[in-house]
Amino acid sequence: MTLLNLVLGLPALGFFALLFVPRDKPQFVRGLAIAMALVTFIASIGLATGLRGDVAGMQFSTDVIWIPTPEIHFHVGIDGLSLWLVILSTLLTPICILISWRSIDKRVKEFYAFLLLLEFGLIGVFISLDLFLFYVFWEVSLVPMYFLIGIWGHERRIYAAVKFFLFTMAGSVLMLAAIIYLYNRAGTFDYAAILNLMAGGKLSFSPGQEMLLFLAFFVAFAIKVPLFPLHTWLPDAHVEAPTAGSVMLASVMLKMGTYGLLRYCVPLFSEAARRCAPWIIVLAIIGIIYGALVAMVQPNMKKLVAYSSVSHLGFVVLGIFSFTQLGFDGAVYQMLNHGISTGALFVLVGYLYERRHSLAIADFGGVATPAPWLSTIFLITTLASIGLPTLNNFVGEYLVLQGAAQANFRWAVFAAIGVILSACYMLWLYQRVFYGDTPEPVTDHVYDLNHREWAAILPLVAMMVWMGVYTPSFLPPITRANTAILDQSRMNVRFRVALPPAPYLSAREVPHAR
Amino acid sequence: MQLWLIPALPLAGFVINGVFGRRFSKTLVNSVAIGSVVMAFAWALKTVLGLGEAPYSEHYFDWIVAGGFRVGCDFAVDRLTAVMLLVVTGVGSLIHIYSIGYMAHDGGYSRFFAYLNLFMFFMLTLVLAANYLVLFVGWEGVGLCSYLLIGFWFHKKSATDAGNKAFIVNRIGDYGFSLAMLLIVVNFGSLDFGPVFGAAGSKPEGLLTTIALLLLVGACGKSAQFPLYVWLPDAMEGPTPVSALIHAATMVTAGVYMVARSFPIYIHAPAALEMVAVIGLFTAAFAATIGLAQNDIKKVFAYSTVSQLGYMFLGLGTGAFSAGIYHLMTHAFFKALLFLGAGSVIHALSGEQDMRNMGGLRKKIPVTFWTLMCAAVAISGVPPFAGFFSKDAILVAAYHHAPWMYWVGTITAGMTAFYVFRAMFMTFFGEYRGHEHPHESPAVITVPLSALAVLSVVGGFIRVPVWLEKFFPVAEAPEEFSLVAISVVAGVAGIALAWVMYMVKPGLADSVSASLGGLYRLVYNKYFVDEIYDAAVVKPVVNGSRVVLWRGLDAGLIDGAANGIGSSSQGLGGWLKLLQSGNIRSYATWVVFGSVILVVALGLVGAVR
Repeated sequence: MTLLNLVLGLPALGFFALLFVPRDKPQFVRGLAIAMALVTFIASIGLATGLRGDVAGMQFSTDVIWIPTPEIHFHVGIDGLSLWLVILSTLLTPICILISWRSIDKRVKEFYAFLLLLEFGLIGVFISLDLFLFYVFWEVSLVPMYFLIGIWGHERRIYAAVKFFLFTMAGSVLMLAAIIYLYNRAGTFDYAAILNLMAGGKLSFSPGQEMLLFLAFFVAFAIKVPLFPLHTWLPDAHVEAPTAGSVMLASVMLKMGTYGLLRYCVPLFSEAARRCAPWIIVLAIIGIIYGALVAMVQPNMKKLVAYSSVSHLGFVVLGIFSFTQLGFDGAVYQMLNHGISTGALFVLVGYLYERRHSLAIADFGGVATPAPWLSTIFLITTLASIGLPTLNNFVGEYLVLQGAAQANFRWAVFAAIGVILSACYMLWLYQRVFYGDTPEPVTDHVYDLNHREWAAILPLVAMMVWMGVYTPSFLPPITRANTAILDQSRMNVRFRVALPPAPYLSAREVPHAR
Repeated sequence: MQLWLIPALPLAGFVINGVFGRRFSKTLVNSVAIGSVVMAFAWALKTVLGLGEAPYSEHYFDWIVAGGFRVGCDFAVDRLTAVMLLVVTGVGSLIHIYSIGYMAHDGGYSRFFAYLNLFMFFMLTLVLAANYLVLFVGWEGVGLCSYLLIGFWFHKKSATDAGNKAFIVNRIGDYGFSLAMLLIVVNFGSLDFGPVFGAAGSKPEGLLTTIALLLLVGACGKSAQFPLYVWLPDAMEGPTPVSALIHAATMVTAGVYMVARSFPIYIHAPAALEMVAVIGLFTAAFAATIGLAQNDIKKVFAYSTVSQLGYMFLGLGTGAFSAGIYHLMTHAFFKALLFLGAGSVIHALSGEQDMRNMGGLRKKIPVTFWTLMCAAVAISGVPPFAGFFSKDAILVAAYHHAPWMYWVGTITAGMTAFYVFRAMFMTFFGEYRGHEHPHESPAVITVPLSALAVLSVVGGFIRVPVWLEKFFPVAEAPEEFSLVAISVVAGVAGIALAWVMYMVKPGLADSVSASLGGLYRLVYNKYFVDEIYDAAVVKPVVNGSRVVLWRGLDAGLIDGAANGIGSSSQGLGGWLKLLQSGNIRSYATWVVFGSVILVVALGLVGAVR
């Protein structure tokens, strides 16, 4: 029993335990849920402290046969890429339980059970090293989110839940087909084994095959990210989801897509990925600018934040497909940053909703007067989100842009426009909600943060500052993992064509910008 | 030398007042806020006194390390930094003290001082930075504080609008700055000043020119140069000490500092340096003409700041880097004083800012009058006051660079003297035209005014060019008496003209403006630049995003297509329902069906090859 298995198992244990708790004890349900979530979080911290820098490859691994024929392994392990995404999941789950404490009062038991099941699925996605196992967790995580939106959502929850489910399914079907095909060719679902076969030249694809396989995986992940123009499920899902659902969706579930791109698409099908990179980057840059412009004119706070996610995630995709060390590092950092700061934005918007029972920006104004601390925390989160240095997003955005600039300076020129626009939509939102005179409904209903709300938001604010000021706590394992991925992607290309020259080298090697 | 202490002290003040300030007494808030800044001043003074010719640097930790790229949290102090450190902490301390009196009756007392301290932290980080990224931290941070303090009275929509405008226009400048940093890393592999400047000479001129111009875009945003100056006049919505500290003496000079700091890049990019001079000169003249016709006392001084910053850029652009920094320092003295004096006037009149409702205040608020007069004489370039020396150094350098620049600069100096004395005459002379009962400000206000007045009078004798002699490449031209005399005459003529138009023949100003007609309205309305930006940029972007991108493309086309596929597959699902009973099983069928098709397709592709 490794620590990693414990981290994966605890939420599942919590899920089953909750099923046996009597329905009429909601307080006990909440207590049990948060206890399990906190224990999971504490256990996951051990992963960060235990991950060794001097060991290559996956750590905390377990590899046992799960299903004998076809041979499917329970093979899990983590590297620097998985590590922080696991911790992001275990950090946000207790926060989601805290923010749902009062606002969820129907089917309490099922709600927390689904939340823990979701955590189980998400952790599973980030640590699976067997393609079939990965696919199972991918689908497992889909189900609880479907119910979280469909049961505890707002008015149009059924529409949003079905839309969410269908979009994701459409992609994952393609991915399943590709996984089955890979199994037929390689004779195994084991990811490391497949990579070894490819590195040894024992498994190779024609360019056409590789392109189809790449696209099958890519579309599944791109829908999840979501990459423009596959993003329209996201605003609906966010607006209708309960706060906890929005937080988990934005903070962690979207990263399943970007994680998949970096973990699977880039090393497995590196040549196809490189060939498609310019097109994908065009979509990413369109997403950055388009998401920001559409966010600017949203009358609904949650929709605004949802479209801003399209913009932020565009940076992540840009970083990945720049195929540079800095781009990869920035992309991973930005995944975590987005998880923290957009998660916090959804938490705060949820607080506002609990008070005023509206998400319309026009229903607010002058909130800073009755709720100065809520306003202050919202401001810090806003500043993190728009990339103010000393807060987390700046580091990620900077590294992504730097990586993009190394690959092709023009990409950075266009992508950086997103940094201007983010200030426009977020500051305008902040002004309309928090500044100005306070209308009567706001004065009557809006109050400042209570202790429970402080407890939920403060860890996120602390992370924004920590990740913005002192990156050595987080960046080294990420860099190590990304170096390995970059090497794999080069190795697999070597058997087919010569690498494209200059742009893909690391910082010091590049002589001039294009 | 523990350089980190200098910014850390105000940061501590910010944290203490920010978290506990609301429970503190005003005295306690004052002691924390002012104590921390004065201590920072003391530590800066000690640092500067211990400084030799060589720069001194400290490394604290690696901020970002990725691949072969490394940026440290590094501070350094050299002679240029020394000037900035003393100006920022010195003038900053005086303005902090002044604020005790000015903000005494404001509800957000502790919040105000917390923001001021935060500003000091970022500004000091900016000037102490030993690489571009840490400089950028300070750069963005001071922009944040500017935003917070412009919108300090957040009930007023005009104030929060002005704050947003400042932040966003600065972001446009920062866009250029960011791209410059990206290019520097791609080509130099580092952001540290030492390695970058050391290698600058060996890089192609085209690259250096691009970098220099992109840095200039950033500088134009922060230092309110054309065409990005539009935020600064609006920034006067903030409390007056903020206008003095941030929007006159320190933050807006960050662009000047950054260009001066980057001089090793600029001297190898003559085209970019010429651009610095041209933009500076144009802004100086352009803003001065607007200043001629404003009636709001703070607006006059705001356009004057834009104009004076233009002079500093002119100095840098003509190669007289030390003259630019010299003017930066003297300007910090007399412009901070002009704003603080204006604040004292506004305070005396309970918030009145329109000069048409002032007049005759000379006798009623004498200390304010006399101190403000020192600043007015200093900015007009009358010897031997502070502004004379620095402006003279810039104009002489401009003459040796290109004589026409000297002449435009000299005419602008005349306009400067005119509008400042126009403000002085309208405010302090003649009959009082308002309805308040003016009262002199308390000592906590008048003492900082007097200190700055002394600096405005004798500050020119702090010979910055001598201090920086070995720092910048020598481009200083010999002093020529005739050039100096002409610019002094221009200043005196401006004063005389204002005296004639507003003192001797008070009706003359109105008849002149009436006879100018359209030209006067153009200047009075600031050349309609804000309106043009609004119609050409803001409205098209917002409306285009709303109508075309969101309603048309996003909700209409993309989502419509997705829902279209959805509803047609619903039709298909209806067909499938004939074969299948439940939804889950139909999904399962789809999964298998789709997978089979894809496996077959892949097989076919494989077979074909």
